Amino acid sequence: MLKTFTLGGIHPPREKLSSGSAITPLPLPERVSIPLSQHIGAPALPLVKKGDRVKVGQLIGEAAGFISANVHSSVSGVVLNVEEAVDASGYARLAVVIRVEGDEWDDRVKQRESPDRYLSAYSREEMLSAIQAAGVVGMGGATFPTRVKLTPPTGSRPEILIVNGAECEPFLTADHRLMVERGRELLIGTRFLMKALGVEQAIIGIENNKPDAIAKMREAVAKHALGIKVCPLKVKYPQGGEKQLIEATTGRHVPSGALPISVGVVVHNVGTVYAAYEAITMHKPLVERVVTVTGKSLARPGNYLCRVGTPVACLIEAAGGLPGDTGKVINGGPMMGKALASTDAVVTKGTSGVLVIPVGEALRKPYRDCIRCTRCVQVCPMGLEPYLLMTLGEYQRTGELERERVMDCIECGACSFACPAYRPLLDVIRLGKSRVGQMIKSRK
Amino acid sequence: MSSIILYTTVSLCATGIASAVILYLVARKFRVEEDPRIDRVEALLPGANCGGCGKPGCRGFAEAIVKANTLEGLCCPVGGETTMPAIAAALGLEASARVPRVAVVRCGGDRARRPRYSRYDGYISCAVEHALYRGESACPFGCLGLGDCARACAFDAIRVEESTGLPVVREEACVACDACAKACPRGIIELRDKGVKARRVFVNCVNRDRGALSRAACGASCIGCGKCARDCSFGAIIVENNLAYIDFHKCRLCRKCVSSCPTGAIREENFPPRKVELSRIEFEN
Repeated sequence: MLKTFTLGGIHPPREKLSSGSAITPLPLPERVSIPLSQHIGAPALPLVKKGDRVKVGQLIGEAAGFISANVHSSVSGVVLNVEEAVDASGYARLAVVIRVEGDEWDDRVKQRESPDRYLSAYSREEMLSAIQAAGVVGMGGATFPTRVKLTPPTGSRPEILIVNGAECEPFLTADHRLMVERGRELLIGTRFLMKALGVEQAIIGIENNKPDAIAKMREAVAKHALGIKVCPLKVKYPQGGEKQLIEATTGRHVPSGALPISVGVVVHNVGTVYAAYEAITMHKPLVERVVTVTGKSLARPGNYLCRVGTPVACLIEAAGGLPGDTGKVINGGPMMGKALASTDAVVTKGTSGVLVIPVGEALRKPYRDCIRCTRCVQVCPMGLEPYLLMTLGEYQRTGELERERVMDCIECGACSFACPAYRPLLDVIRLGKSRVGQMIKSRK
Repeated sequence: MSSIILYTTVSLCATGIASAVILYLVARKFRVEEDPRIDRVEALLPGANCGGCGKPGCRGFAEAIVKANTLEGLCCPVGGETTMPAIAAALGLEASARVPRVAVVRCGGDRARRPRYSRYDGYISCAVEHALYRGESACPFGCLGLGDCARACAFDAIRVEESTGLPVVREEACVACDACAKACPRGIIELRDKGVKARRVFVNCVNRDRGALSRAACGASCIGCGKCARDCSFGAIIVENNLAYIDFHKCRLCRKCVSSCPTGAIREENFPPRKVELSRIEFEN
């Protein structure tokens, strides 16, 4: 019997079009625009100015505070400007625009891992500072600085590290390909993180629709590592949600409002583990990532290794160009991603995919009144009542929203997906969440 | 048989009387003393419960007045010029004079001057759209046109014009309760003094981007060039963050800025047609 989480969940069509296509390096674009805020927390402070020459891996933005992350140049060339550039939502954010000239790497970055150093040779502090220096953030989409997550608050004791390879979003295959092609590196990375956290046990959770990834990881585990277990999971969205994955793999429940560390668990995405591996063994900053470019109307859906700051338009070009009938281009997957206001938006540390949707399927259907069918309640993986949260959100009943645990919402979109009246439940719940968040903040 | 009826009636009566006595005593003991003046003040208020005074509804406002025992700083914007003097008379207090105000929508980016590049098809609410992305046009400050202001208005004084996509205020209905300004996620709506003969001059834009950016997004935007501030003889205009703002306390309604603005971002309202323009039209004809 395969494991999964108990409450709610949905089964959207998987549509993993690009699962068989190997990770291909994307040719360097002519210019990149690297946002200084690619993570949760304070935006990084720019260290370069117009006219400066930079190399790949050079620090261009310094972390501003504990919850913040370094930003590095992903290309070599000349800084054209440090200016407000349009981000994925269309709002202007500070970014460093660089004209690409050649591909010259910073001297400190090694191109391959040093073969003579073993795991035991790295101390915990050395690993943590390497991860911090490299600006590694959670690459599953939340972009929380990894260093912070690896430093559990005093009084809590981590027991298990969970590596998130669920990739439950339809269409996306970036993590899948990473597991198939970079199994050994991921395993070393997992061992590093286990040592950094001081845990003896790690579980790699992978959904059962990726048998090649499961086989690859199992093979690697059998060859190298002790204490790591590969756990195949029954396919169900949103398995990759932190709390859902913890329940599916360990059976532990994270209480409402608490962090996973309260049950002794820390979860990291496979992309993050790979970035941590590169940061520790090669001093390579997080300047490139695997992005799935996909969509039924695209000529060549695939997985591309691309530099941070690359315009989305370049990725779509590599995948065969933007089809004429495109209705929406989504940053991320179809469930949790957001439509881009323009393809000038760039790939950031948290961009896992770019999804092109033809005009016929892109527009939402007009929504109608709620018929109290409770489909949304049945599918909510957090045990909330989305129809109620939407109504409370519409009338701005912030106090009641808080009591109905709106802050537990993981914004997976299962309610909006399941609603037979096409009600935009998540839109309103998200707004309510931000209002409740402000209210909680103002109390302090 | 009849005795059963008798016993029942008597015992019921006895229970009733006993309960009445208990209730009376309890009511006496736990009686909440409430100032009768609150009811009198509440009766004088419009009863719209709009929250424009900053208190939770009309009852809350009445309680606040009676508690403070002065009208200083307390004003019902809805009641017009009659309500506050009436309350003052009822309580024997002095009514403070108030300058009438009106809501002003500060965005001139209609469909013709501000092209729409994308289409929003989510929940119909400016607040939701604002939180998700910059909107259908390239202006991240401009009106989203989904009508949060119109839904917030309890007096039907503001509605979104279909042809322009911008809200229009019905001045005679607007009571300056501030509900629309609070509902607008982009802070476009402002309460301004109604002005002499309801005449007003204001900057019809809130875009704080650099001139080139805001000009590219919208033909009616303020580019922060500062020409109006230099031309103003009364020092009523300040330019901050690439955006001009006219202080309505200092503005003398001379309209020099309206003609000097290169983008037409300064708007005049309720003025008679200009003589210059009239003569030019006649000349052209």
